[in-house]
Amino acid sequence: MSITTPARGEGRPDRKKGKGFGITRQERAAALFILPLMVLLTVFWIVPSLSSLFFSLTNYSVVSATRWVGPENYLRLVDDWLFWRSLLNSVYFTVGNIPLLLVCGLALAIALNSARLRLRYLYRVVFYLPLVTSSIALSMVWLWLFDPHLGLLNLLLNAAGLPSQPWLQSTKQAMPSIIFMSVWGGVGGTMLIYLAGLQGISEQVYEAAQVDGATPWQSFFHVTLPLLRPVTLYVLVTSIIGSFQIFGPIYAMTQGGPAFATTTIVHQIYINGFRYFNMGYAAAQSWILFLLLLGLSIANLRLMTRGLDV
Amino acid sequence: MTIPAHVEIASPNRRSQTGLYLFLYPVLSLVAVSMLIPFLWMFLTALKPQADMFQVPPLIFTLSYTMENFTRAWTRGNFDRFLANSMVVSTSITVLNLMVTSLAGYAFARLQWRLREVFFVIVLSVMMLPGLIALIPTFLIVKAVPLAGGNNLLGQNGTGWLDSFPGLIFPLVGSGFYVFLLRQFFLTLPKELEDAARIDGSSEFNVFWRIILPLCKPALAVVALFSFQVSWNDFLWPLVIIQSDRMRTVQLGLALFRTQTRINWGVLMAGTAIATIPTVVLFLSFQQYFVRGIALTGIKG
Repeated sequence: MSITTPARGEGRPDRKKGKGFGITRQERAAALFILPLMVLLTVFWIVPSLSSLFFSLTNYSVVSATRWVGPENYLRLVDDWLFWRSLLNSVYFTVGNIPLLLVCGLALAIALNSARLRLRYLYRVVFYLPLVTSSIALSMVWLWLFDPHLGLLNLLLNAAGLPSQPWLQSTKQAMPSIIFMSVWGGVGGTMLIYLAGLQGISEQVYEAAQVDGATPWQSFFHVTLPLLRPVTLYVLVTSIIGSFQIFGPIYAMTQGGPAFATTTIVHQIYINGFRYFNMGYAAAQSWILFLLLLGLSIANLRLMTRGLDV
Repeated sequence: MTIPAHVEIASPNRRSQTGLYLFLYPVLSLVAVSMLIPFLWMFLTALKPQADMFQVPPLIFTLSYTMENFTRAWTRGNFDRFLANSMVVSTSITVLNLMVTSLAGYAFARLQWRLREVFFVIVLSVMMLPGLIALIPTFLIVKAVPLAGGNNLLGQNGTGWLDSFPGLIFPLVGSGFYVFLLRQFFLTLPKELEDAARIDGSSEFNVFWRIILPLCKPALAVVALFSFQVSWNDFLWPLVIIQSDRMRTVQLGLALFRTQTRINWGVLMAGTAIATIPTVVLFLSFQQYFVRGIALTGIKG
């Protein structure tokens, strides 16, 4: 990790002799300044995260007495077909969602960046609009658009002479429908990050490529893409982490159905923990999710802090 | 021979640029329209009279637009109460977040102290935890807050902060992400600023409050907007800790509104619009800050 002192060459200032354990004025201030944050993080993040491992080894359920059960919850997970199904669904959603997010986001960013478009700012605002809207509100709107009888999508299909589709009500189409909605809702975010990355690439690099006789395609594949690699990596990592935690649309649109076709890990954690109150079991499921995402989280931390020595 | 190289390159380039525009405008406009249609459809449905709801093909434009769906969502759907709850919760979270994260960000950026790097790594690592890992124990901690919700001193026998404003607010305060964002901003300010004040004998808090913070309004605006938007749109946490109808936030109210009654699309879309308008208006008014904030987080390498 490359986090180092942001100091600009000065040593420790004004350590007053004879005061406590050599605590400086700035150290006392710093302790007070970080206190509220550290208390909140400890109470609501650090202690809960660590103790969830403990809970995952008990049969905690709010209502009955708690008993230590060791690895029983984890062994139960192995035989729980619904857990595997939810894992598979989460992978399905992630694999469907992310390539589209990346490709469409990059395409839109290049389109907005390549030309001095008059309406550039307007487009940018419009593409980003779904990202400031809650997943529940978007789910409600799309529930209405996907409605098999009166929904806009089927009305448009019918107007084009095509048959109505069941969308969310069919096991085959439910997940693709949710993926479609997520790409629609998320592409503006990817676009904005790519746009910032593109604006960091100097015009001269392209001019040099042009002088060397590179076609636009060649300069895209040999100049733009390699230079955007860190951005792509960042988007990839954060959107995998985000996709694996999808919950709102599942809860609001399909409740995991039909026939468990859209139940995801987080949906299972919610159901087990807060509908059946099998909190020990749900804690075990969240630890599995945590381990799955751990490598990505570390990568994400690295990406964010790289080159921050200042 | 006498034509400089760059002219030769520039002219075909310019011609292809015009072609590019002719291609880009329609494509981008098509995408923009498909982004907007769901929102427009939401408003049109919400404004339609109940009588026109089931017309096939649907009336897109009618002369009889009405607010009746909004009125019904507002009064019978309790959206007035939900909206007020969300306002209280999101505003509190935002104000507390600004105080907590700017103090910490300042300490990490501008003060000299031992263990600073260690604590900073801890803060960043916490930021990377998937929220879910802490969900169940945080629920139990909030339930066990001593002397709240009928609890005794040991946090037993009652419901603690479940189903209450503090329970909705405090677990969402204190994000490593905002600390990180503000620290990066604080680092860009010149060191001489506080040195002069320190020589004049200002306390460290005064230096922070009177000298540094006023220079950081853009960064604080980014944190405030993000924080408000995230807490306004939060769903899983309210879903988990809120039991009573009158404590629901607008997102929770919206999600449960759909499951409780037979779907009335007009009223549901009116409720959805109510839940959507505040953050959309904030975004449209301050979009430069949003864009800057996202650029700050997205590219660090």
